[in-house]
Amino acid sequence: MTAPLLRARGLTKHFPLRGGLLGRTLAWVHAVDGVSFDVNAGETLGIVGESGCGKSTLARLLLRLVDPDAGTVTFEGEDVLRASPSRMKRLRRDLQLVFQDPYASLNPRLPIEDAVAFSLLVHGTPRGEARERARALLGHVGLDPRMHGRRYAHELSGGQRQRVNIARALVLDPRLLVLDEPVSALDKSVQAQVLNLLQDLKAERALTYVLISHDLNVIEYVSDRVLVMYLGEVVETGSAEALAESPRHPYTQALFASAPSMDPDRRMDRPPIAGDPPNPIDPPSGCRFRTRCPFAMPRCADAPPPFVSVDPGHEVACYLYELTPAARG
Amino acid sequence: MAPLAGVESAIDAVAAVPAAPMSYWRTVGWRLGRDRTTLAAGGGLLVIVLAALLAPWLAPYDPSAGSIRLRLAWPGTPGHWLGTDEQGRDMLSRLLWGGRMTLVAGLTPVLVAFVVGSALGIAAGFVGRTTSTLIMRTMDIFYAFPSVLLAIAISGALGPGLANTLISLSIVFIPRVVRVAESATVQVKGLEYIAAARVSGAGMGAIVRHHLLANVLGPILVFASTQVSLSIILAAGLSFLGLGVTPPAAEWGLMLNTLRQSIYVNALVPALPGLAIFATSMAFNLLSDGLRDAMEVRG
Repeated sequence: MTAPLLRARGLTKHFPLRGGLLGRTLAWVHAVDGVSFDVNAGETLGIVGESGCGKSTLARLLLRLVDPDAGTVTFEGEDVLRASPSRMKRLRRDLQLVFQDPYASLNPRLPIEDAVAFSLLVHGTPRGEARERARALLGHVGLDPRMHGRRYAHELSGGQRQRVNIARALVLDPRLLVLDEPVSALDKSVQAQVLNLLQDLKAERALTYVLISHDLNVIEYVSDRVLVMYLGEVVETGSAEALAESPRHPYTQALFASAPSMDPDRRMDRPPIAGDPPNPIDPPSGCRFRTRCPFAMPRCADAPPPFVSVDPGHEVACYLYELTPAARG
Repeated sequence: MAPLAGVESAIDAVAAVPAAPMSYWRTVGWRLGRDRTTLAAGGGLLVIVLAALLAPWLAPYDPSAGSIRLRLAWPGTPGHWLGTDEQGRDMLSRLLWGGRMTLVAGLTPVLVAFVVGSALGIAAGFVGRTTSTLIMRTMDIFYAFPSVLLAIAISGALGPGLANTLISLSIVFIPRVVRVAESATVQVKGLEYIAAARVSGAGMGAIVRHHLLANVLGPILVFASTQVSLSIILAAGLSFLGLGVTPPAAEWGLMLNTLRQSIYVNALVPALPGLAIFATSMAFNLLSDGLRDAMEVRG
């Protein structure tokens, strides 16, 4: 088996919550806690979880926009977090990010072709060539450069802006693209267009995706493997099919149960998960899901459950599956 | 069908030409052109500035040549259409020449504050941490004093004169601009397109030049333009108190000071420099209001 393209180990980020007269740290927000995973070349890893579970922080950690408190990120065996500024600049060509908000992620004072060409200029491409490549790529993502190239972001629709964002991320010919909720700000019909565009680009350019979303439909549609996050921690990983067919963690089960079904006979009569997620400032001890878990046992409060492999490639962090195979039934 | 085909091809031609994308500044200019109040204020200001610039050619008399025989003549006196002051000097000539001084004293400090304040504020906002603390806390010290008091104190320490007025007023306005620049920078810095520029590997300099400046200089400029009228009034005030321009030079605030004793003899002549100050600062205020409205491009 080949080495993974991207490997994250024990990524942890706690944000200080300052207050008081001298700006003392009053508490820590546990945004991401000990997250580890591998991304193999050519696959799409979906990361799913509720709002506020640390998905976007995780994306920023992978791209080194935020420095983690602990953990490592390696890209092709190279430590991203310890790379020198010049190495980092080189690595940035391979690792790109598509942002969530198509409104805030484009400079309102730059024509879109300049916004796309900017990355090339940063890496020393001559101005004329950079503009040519930017225009070609805009055409490739479905925006006519003659029509739109000199336009400003506020003159475009949300879907068009997201296409610009994708073009900006792709213009450096990256190998891995982190997509942070790439379609959640768009209308349903536009979501499908953008997702299909992403699928086409992936096949065409041999890209690897890390797709972050709260939308299970989106995740299921494009992912090969899925990582389920709850309150800054990974609770289950497995292939997209395995998770959809036999979700093991009570949280994953609840997530899939809460996705609206297309079948009217399978409508829900009661909400699958009660209550709001606990405050990440003071997460529950042991398993963080236990406060909302219908199967919570006394031992769940003692220590975080370790990962158990239920099937090859399907791991879950829950004490329910630590039982003997016979008892699991 | 020939005429119809002609119409169709004309429609096609229109549809094929995309509406020209409007750059930000063109949009602003287009909006300003539609704002009558702002246009009127701008026009009035243009007249005032031109009159001041052309004072050597427009002024009918030497602004410092007086006449004992014709003191405090009422406006309308033949030869002196705006009357004469307490030393018999022609008021029209003095107002024209005085406008130069007042405009220089009003605009220069704001210009200096715009350049220095923007640089300091952007540095504080973008770099953050210790740099920000150092700059912002220093500015807070100046902020602790009321602006008039600070201007008087610095001018008093430096002594009278135009140069010293400019220095003291610049010091008054720099901290204000720094604050606005810093908060605008912090706000823009948190936006995703700055993060996107970092992801693309751009260094701090490139990000500031290509992504930050264009988005923060606008709001700072609008704020600075609101300060011009205040600067004019403060400059006139310093002269009025004898801390600014020294006699016999003509300056509106100074004229107001020397003419105030004559108010019971001739009420109209002392009011003229006051009216000039009022009209100029009002025009600047209206202009900056219009500018602010025109520059609010969102979405």
